[in-house]
Amino acid sequence: MSLIHKTAAELGALIASGQASAAEVAEAHLDRIEQVEPKVRAFLHVDREVTLEQARAVDERIRQGEKLGPLAGVPIAHKDIFATRDMPTTAASKILEGWRPPYDATVTARLRKAGLVILGKTNLDEFAMGSSTENSAYHATHNPWDLTRVPGGSSGGSSAAVAAYQAPLSTGTDTGGSIRQPAAVTGIVGMKPTYGGSSRYGLIAFASSLDTPGPFARNVMDAALLHAAFSGHDPMDSTSIDAAVPDVVEAASNADIAGMRIGVVKEFGGEGYQQGVLNRFHDAVELLESLGAKVVELSCPSFTTALPAYYLIAPSECSSNLARFDAMRYGLRVGDDGTRSAEEVMALTRAAGFGPEVKRRIMLGTYALSSGYYDAYYGQAQKVRTLISRDFEAAFHQVDVLISPTTPTTAFPIGERADDPMAMYLADLCTIPSNLSGNAAMSVPIGLADEDNLPVGLQIMAPVLGDDRCYRVGAAVEKALESRWGGPLLKEAPAL
Amino acid sequence: MSVMAYDEALERYEPVLGLETHVELGTHSKMFCGCSTTFGAPPNTHVCPTCLALPGSLPVANEMAIESTIRIGLALNCSIAEWCRFARKNYFYPDMPKNYQISQYDEPLCFDGYLDVEVDGRTVRIEIERVHLEEDTGKSTHVGGATGRIQGADYSIVDYNRAGIPLVEIVTKPIPGTDRLAPEVARAYATELRELMRSLGVSDVRMEEGSMRCDVNVSLMPRGSSEWGTRTETKNVNSLRSVERSVRSEIQRQAAILAEGGRIIQETRHFHEDTGMTTSGRSKEEAQDYRYFPEPDLVPIAPDPVWVARLKSALPELPAVRRKRLQAEWGVSDHDMESMHNADAIEIVEATIAAGAPAADARKWWMGELARRANESGKALADLPITPAQVARVTELVASGTLNDKLAREALDGVLAGEGSPDEVVASRGLQIADEGELATIVEQVLAGNADAVEKVRSGKIAAVGALVGGVMKASRGKADAARARELILEKLGVSE
Amino acid sequence: MSAITRDEVAHLARLSRLAISDDELDHYATQLDDIIAAVAKVAEVAAEDVPPSSHALPLTNVFRADEVRQSLTPELALSGAPAVEDDRFRVPRILGEEA
Ligand SMILES: [Mg+2]
Ligand SMILES: [Zn+2]
Repeated sequence: MSLIHKTAAELGALIASGQASAAEVAEAHLDRIEQVEPKVRAFLHVDREVTLEQARAVDERIRQGEKLGPLAGVPIAHKDIFATRDMPTTAASKILEGWRPPYDATVTARLRKAGLVILGKTNLDEFAMGSSTENSAYHATHNPWDLTRVPGGSSGGSSAAVAAYQAPLSTGTDTGGSIRQPAAVTGIVGMKPTYGGSSRYGLIAFASSLDTPGPFARNVMDAALLHAAFSGHDPMDSTSIDAAVPDVVEAASNADIAGMRIGVVKEFGGEGYQQGVLNRFHDAVELLESLGAKVVELSCPSFTTALPAYYLIAPSECSSNLARFDAMRYGLRVGDDGTRSAEEVMALTRAAGFGPEVKRRIMLGTYALSSGYYDAYYGQAQKVRTLISRDFEAAFHQVDVLISPTTPTTAFPIGERADDPMAMYLADLCTIPSNLSGNAAMSVPIGLADEDNLPVGLQIMAPVLGDDRCYRVGAAVEKALESRWGGPLLKEAPAL
Repeated sequence: MSVMAYDEALERYEPVLGLETHVELGTHSKMFCGCSTTFGAPPNTHVCPTCLALPGSLPVANEMAIESTIRIGLALNCSIAEWCRFARKNYFYPDMPKNYQISQYDEPLCFDGYLDVEVDGRTVRIEIERVHLEEDTGKSTHVGGATGRIQGADYSIVDYNRAGIPLVEIVTKPIPGTDRLAPEVARAYATELRELMRSLGVSDVRMEEGSMRCDVNVSLMPRGSSEWGTRTETKNVNSLRSVERSVRSEIQRQAAILAEGGRIIQETRHFHEDTGMTTSGRSKEEAQDYRYFPEPDLVPIAPDPVWVARLKSALPELPAVRRKRLQAEWGVSDHDMESMHNADAIEIVEATIAAGAPAADARKWWMGELARRANESGKALADLPITPAQVARVTELVASGTLNDKLAREALDGVLAGEGSPDEVVASRGLQIADEGELATIVEQVLAGNADAVEKVRSGKIAAVGALVGGVMKASRGKADAARARELILEKLGVSE
Repeated sequence: MSAITRDEVAHLARLSRLAISDDELDHYATQLDDIIAAVAKVAEVAAEDVPPSSHALPLTNVFRADEVRQSLTPELALSGAPAVEDDRFRVPRILGEEA
């Protein structure tokens, strides 16, 4: 089997044992990127030389006997929202075109230290605002399963790169579903850790109280290895949890869910859901029962208002977070002809540098925070947030994990929802509650929808710091289905 | 702009004051990042991703700044919040990197306190509304245009070294009832606050470097009315004297407008040292919408009551208490104590006494000769190039008879001129009272040359001895001990008093 | 009746420092109106006695020690600046004073 088809764990073992070098592995992936990138367009930035230099440096560290983690030498693609010292970081926005951060994000720095080699920076919806990666200021990314469809979003470049075997691993950020939804629609594993379980330092903020870095991989164990490699307390992030990271690697190798209590959230399903998605979900419920889990239906009534609450909280925070893009200290500057004031240059730059979705959300957030509207909108949304957390809390008294389809539909065609923000927002219907309450949630592939033969994901939601439960259930589902399918779901994907 | 005479203004209107004071804390590092707070560093050398607001950077709160704020609150008799949050105050401005300031909104760390100040023998209680913690901005320099001021500049250049320095904001409740003493009350409050900060050791409170800035609110209500007028806010007044002057001039300005039937515009104003007047800044008529909301990048603060109690019990002696104690120790009058306080001399006098000077002498030199020098050069006492120990040494030289007052003044001259320590100046300038032998010779010469005066003294007109002593002082070029010279003269002439 | 007027959108754009053309104003007004109508659903939730959550998790008292850490070099600090003069960030003229 070629290097690009191996799992991250296998690659790490090959490199550790000297059967392959990090440079060879990086080269194989760079070649794959070169080959399929014209079709997939997952990346915003690739620099062969920088990558190979990193790989050679890792090989040298290994040769020197430095003790590195299990992923040493394994290549990774970073969502272009994590600051990287040696590559541009743009958040897929014109306003940051060409910006080179003078520092590394904590996620980036930890993975460098663990010996992972950066293949490049992946595409996203501008500032992570979107569910299709069409809102990138540079180009859309295509779903490897069907190039006319979106790879999900906002971390669509990262999901597509992993699904297209351009990278064995990638990072993403999940603010309202931006890891789980793209993972679901590209047939891979995506994990949103507990909020505060992974550091936001160096992650360009969209909505601070929701943004969560997390891993993409083609299987549950690889996701766990990556999760473990970058997670844990970071003193640079005040919202980071000062507690041990749940043992996700152990959980991923333990596929036993006998006796586990699993809840199906009644509020997810029905109208607006694609039948093929519901079919696969029901199959998954049966599968879990067959593996010895006890599945019950329960209600989380406030989940029905999660979407509107999210579309007040996230834009409010973003309207403030994005104020720093003002043409004064970095990034684009437009209209500075010597006569215009700073205020005018700020307004012209921001108008030229931000795309329409970003502007919409900034204005929406500005509105929701305005003095006359604060209580009715932002304040009320914060109360709904409390109710959602209470629903989760009550549910987790009864069950160990909750499950739902990850998304109501499979990947939709590029362009279909581009001009309809409200339709786009529905893609995150099932994923948003976990962002509002901060609990852990994962998406694992559970098959193809009957109508379109496109991947369907199962969302597994666990309590705060119960990340290991997601991995345990995910691993059980993966193991059972892969033995049924004779391999990973991705082998069903058309060749590129 | 017309102004009304102060007395007339006070006859017709009653002022209501309010003060918002910003104090930069003297922490080692900034409020939300590890950059140094040292003053005067080369531009943009104390900046990092966080205080430059680079994309992706995050704040982490400085524990010492929180502690200092709680101590300030306790010293101001405030309640300390059991739970509170930072909030974002959103507005765009080039010297504020994030385009929001991390501040506190409806949940300040400390609230409902007071500070008593003494003015004219009267104690005025200033109610404190809140004490909260926020961050400072960078510093813009305006280039082009005639004045270097913001208006008319071609562009600006910004140094963010100061951006993110912890700033405590202390807000009073409205202060009615100060009447014609309003300017003095404002000054006394600022002075007292400054001393409080110093005694707590939380800030160097140098107003000229901007580490303490006062926003002064003034409104007037017609005598007999109980409805407060529209207030103006004079921003960033940066000396104690200016606090007083700005209140006085704003009262006079507003009174003139009201008397002509005009109305006061709610606005920010700027005080100008040169004219002693304020001018209009930004109008607040179109209310700013700062869109405050809880800062999601920082978690709430819930001060541990045990910690707060410990901080409270460890508060130093507060300035007012200390002044009472020192007054008793030094045995000075209320009036003398107040004038030392107003001259900001207490600490320096205390240090001089600690260095060995008698209390009366320390006060005499600092409040007399040295205060005069400071005044002449427009400096604060503390900024004169002489140390309390040096002043103490001069008083010692006088006490031991090495110097008389005149020579002592010369010695101070020398020290202030940078000629070295008092002993070095005495040596290099040859400042030494004439010894007994020298003195006797000079006295002989003077008696011989002033027969008239000698005769008068002998005939009982003892007052005439003054002229002879003067002669001795002149002949000795000031180095004689005048008292001893007088004794010698009377002795030689065989006259007793 | 629409939730948001064209004038309000213009005001929001000004507050947000977004130079938006008249044509765009209409477009955004329509879209924002739709979105606001949808999110206004939060108002229907009975939540009088419910405390608001500003954060996902109930953490408190996260502080750092008052220690100086290495700052950026001025070269790095200014490396992304659109314009620099005298080691300072050069910015267009500033209209008025703020806050
Ligand atoms: Mg303030
Ligand atoms: Zn800094």
